[in-house]
Amino acid sequence: MRRPARLTRRQLLKGTGILVVGFSLAGCVDRPSSVAQPARAMTPTARTPATAMAQGVTEQAPGPAPTPAQPAAPPATALPPVAAPAAVAAPTAAPSRLSAPPALGRRGASAASSIDSWLVIGRDELVTVFSGKVELGTGVRTALAQIVAEELDVPVDQIRMEMGDTDRTPDQGYTAGSKTIQTAGVALRQASAEARQALLELASSRLGAQLGQLQIQAGVVTVQGDPSKRASYGELIGDQRFERQATGRAPVKRPEQHTVVGTSVPRIDLPGKLTGAASFVHDIRLPEMMHGRVIHPSGIGATLLSVDETSLASLPWSVRIVRQGSFLGIVAEREEQAIQAARTLAVTWTGGGGLPPFERLHEQLRGQSGGTGDLEAAMRGAVTRLSATYTWPYQAHASIGPSCAVADVRPDGATVWSATQGVYQLRGALSQLLRMPAEQVRVIHVEGSGCYGHNGADDAAAAAVLLSRAVMRPVRVQWSRQDEHAWAPHGPAMRMELHGGVGANGTVTGWDFSVWTPTHSSRPGGAANLLAGQLVDGGGGAGRSGGGGGGGERNARHDYTFPSNRVRGHAPGASPLRTSAFRGLGAPANAFANESFVDELAAAAGADPVAFRLRHLSDPRSIAVVQAAAERFGWQPRPSPSQSGSDPAVGRGIAFSRYENANAYVAACAEVEVDRGSGAVRVRRLVAAHDCGLIVNPDGLTNQVEGNLIQATSRALKEQVTFDDARVTSTDWRGYPILTFTEVPDVEVVLLNRSDQPPVGAGEPATLPVAPAIANAIFDATGARVRAVPLTPERVKAALS
Amino acid sequence: MADATRITVNGAAHDALAEPDTPLLYVLRNDLGLNGPRFGCGLAQCGACTVLLGGKPIRSCVTPLSAAASAPITTLEGLGTAEHLHPLQRAFLDEQAGQCGYCIPGIIMSAAALLANQPAPTDAQIREALNGNLCRCGSHTRIVRAVKRAAGQ
Repeated sequence: MRRPARLTRRQLLKGTGILVVGFSLAGCVDRPSSVAQPARAMTPTARTPATAMAQGVTEQAPGPAPTPAQPAAPPATALPPVAAPAAVAAPTAAPSRLSAPPALGRRGASAASSIDSWLVIGRDELVTVFSGKVELGTGVRTALAQIVAEELDVPVDQIRMEMGDTDRTPDQGYTAGSKTIQTAGVALRQASAEARQALLELASSRLGAQLGQLQIQAGVVTVQGDPSKRASYGELIGDQRFERQATGRAPVKRPEQHTVVGTSVPRIDLPGKLTGAASFVHDIRLPEMMHGRVIHPSGIGATLLSVDETSLASLPWSVRIVRQGSFLGIVAEREEQAIQAARTLAVTWTGGGGLPPFERLHEQLRGQSGGTGDLEAAMRGAVTRLSATYTWPYQAHASIGPSCAVADVRPDGATVWSATQGVYQLRGALSQLLRMPAEQVRVIHVEGSGCYGHNGADDAAAAAVLLSRAVMRPVRVQWSRQDEHAWAPHGPAMRMELHGGVGANGTVTGWDFSVWTPTHSSRPGGAANLLAGQLVDGGGGAGRSGGGGGGGERNARHDYTFPSNRVRGHAPGASPLRTSAFRGLGAPANAFANESFVDELAAAAGADPVAFRLRHLSDPRSIAVVQAAAERFGWQPRPSPSQSGSDPAVGRGIAFSRYENANAYVAACAEVEVDRGSGAVRVRRLVAAHDCGLIVNPDGLTNQVEGNLIQATSRALKEQVTFDDARVTSTDWRGYPILTFTEVPDVEVVLLNRSDQPPVGAGEPATLPVAPAIANAIFDATGARVRAVPLTPERVKAALS
Repeated sequence: MADATRITVNGAAHDALAEPDTPLLYVLRNDLGLNGPRFGCGLAQCGACTVLLGGKPIRSCVTPLSAAASAPITTLEGLGTAEHLHPLQRAFLDEQAGQCGYCIPGIIMSAAALLANQPAPTDAQIREALNGNLCRCGSHTRIVRAVKRAAGQ
């Protein structure tokens, strides 16, 4: 155990211990846009539900997602030779990647048209797969390995996944938006099929047999009828490049030929995580590594006025204080020393604040950009007209492990280990921040605690590079719990207004939906989107978001066949809190409003909620999930509310959504009990039916869906970020409680496997129907409609009275 | 220079050269290189740092080193290894109980303490025993099943 020598106060103040590093980065960081975007509205034609978030940058196309058939240049010949895969690290032992020498060469970039960009087969028969998508805790490492194993005809345990390394893997954009299987999985499937085809051709030549005579089993090619003629993949191509462009024409297997895809292969990463293997970015330990902490501003938008370094004089060890603009950090030899120094240092901040009153948040969100437009077309023929406003709060990703990163910045280059969702995008932002060419910055993904969207992972990386550069040693930065809850981007608060009518025949006559939403997309396209980037730039804009839209339109549209529809999005000029992508972006809030309002219309029509939905659905896959969920749940048809009068009141609700109106279909039924005295809600049971096309790993999928159901229950019942006029006040697990073991509902998942349909993502879709199913069940139990998430006892009680 | 504090971790004695008020977690992670105990909150609110001290579950993020010298400490690594899994580790694998996995070591330690006192717990007892451990991915129902499985039920 090594610890620094104790310093005297005099030594400390002479500057051997404390160094205030303060150099200007003026001009090197793009300033965050301070121009408020005007509210926008657009009116699509009737019968064509459309969203109108004109500037809607969504995660649907998060970045390049090259497929082998769609070359993304440059040519394969630009790549260095492939080295022996023996040097490739085991998939779960993240830090051992450190031993992967530079001799492996920079693969990186995006020569995605070449098979060599995607995989390498060693003489030892191991297949190393290079994926630009990363593991966020959802199990895609395993699912992608299954896809490769299937098309390549090798056992899964012969596959090593390298995921997210700017020197090694292709740029496939962010790992976000439930798109890994949908885009990267399909790309890898094709690349693997191309590789298999190439191997067959090599075997044909070596074994002197026609292609049609060859068969493959477990990575060995044999000639039918003559088993003595055989060649393994390692013998055919071991450690050599394919030197072959993907044609996009190699045949992929038909679903009925699948033996690996569609089976519940156990998670590759779980054994290590269950036995204490180094699995997370938090576990990286480098020689000479120091520990850093960030001291965040006193409030949102506050700037750094002064630092009293003498306040650390009583500490018996040395630390380094690093200051750039309003970015302030501490570096110490030991982690607890950095923490104590960060707590002890006397800092004066100025300005900032000016947040709106918390109670008026949603009123303010609507602002001046209102106008509900012409409702007459939408309401023609209605005998009952309804209007309702729903709200959704700011919510926190609330990862169990706080954001963490390790950086090693040297004069000639930087290496960063981060749980980022986009290694290339983070590299670009860090290169701006460091004023260092991007090719000198290497970002390596290492898993973090589950992130569920854009949390503080990138920000921790930015802090780590600034601190490492100041001390010219590797620095590990870990945020405190308070940092995480207060300063990571939050899922935006939203406001939804609906108007609708029901005709004499019990069907919907018209539908009018408006949403007001800050941006859900502020990922590090540049340094200005990194918290540290905002702070070095002065700090006045740190912790806020500009503009609106960006993903808030997701699932603003419904999936019903109503005769008249209007869907509009409005982008408030700014958000008092910094916002970005949180699982589903705007979709959970929009689905909460849409599916609650459908329930309100069903009640107005005196119809059973399931029958009412089926009456307005036409897509067979939509109908199938609604029916499957209701059947498994044991749904008894009748209108809501139940009128039972029991206490606790018991009720059931249903909701349905198709993610992004284009991907997975999910219906969920909830059974709740409501304490009429306190308004407290307990969700007893959730049943979901889920259709995401071809299923790659049934148990992995079930695990994802269960997780969505439980996390979404937590978001629906308990979660909201609170703030005062200057800062976030929900800064720990007491201020921001989440669902605990004794509160978790029983969950059941029905998977509808559509092996003839393309696989689409499952990381988010099952979140959508949960909040409205619960709200609808509360209405069924009590007749009280709660239109604001979280569905707190206070709100339920108020709605009851 | 702080005096060494002798602690016993997973059966081996160590002389920790950190200040006596240093939270045990940092000694386990940074000096002994253990990954099982994890930092979650530093406030004893989430349970990610749970280890056993004398067989009792404690939050190592708020337990000073000086208080950890009194009894043997067991971390996840002390329960079993990849080659010789503890029944709880085996059961978590069998149930595929975990998504990101960050909270799991702390949960396994809480469960180990439960099973030591209550070899055949009910679902309700398991949930109660784990209520101080937070899981954000929503693996709760699998975790409860895994603990029941480890108990041979």
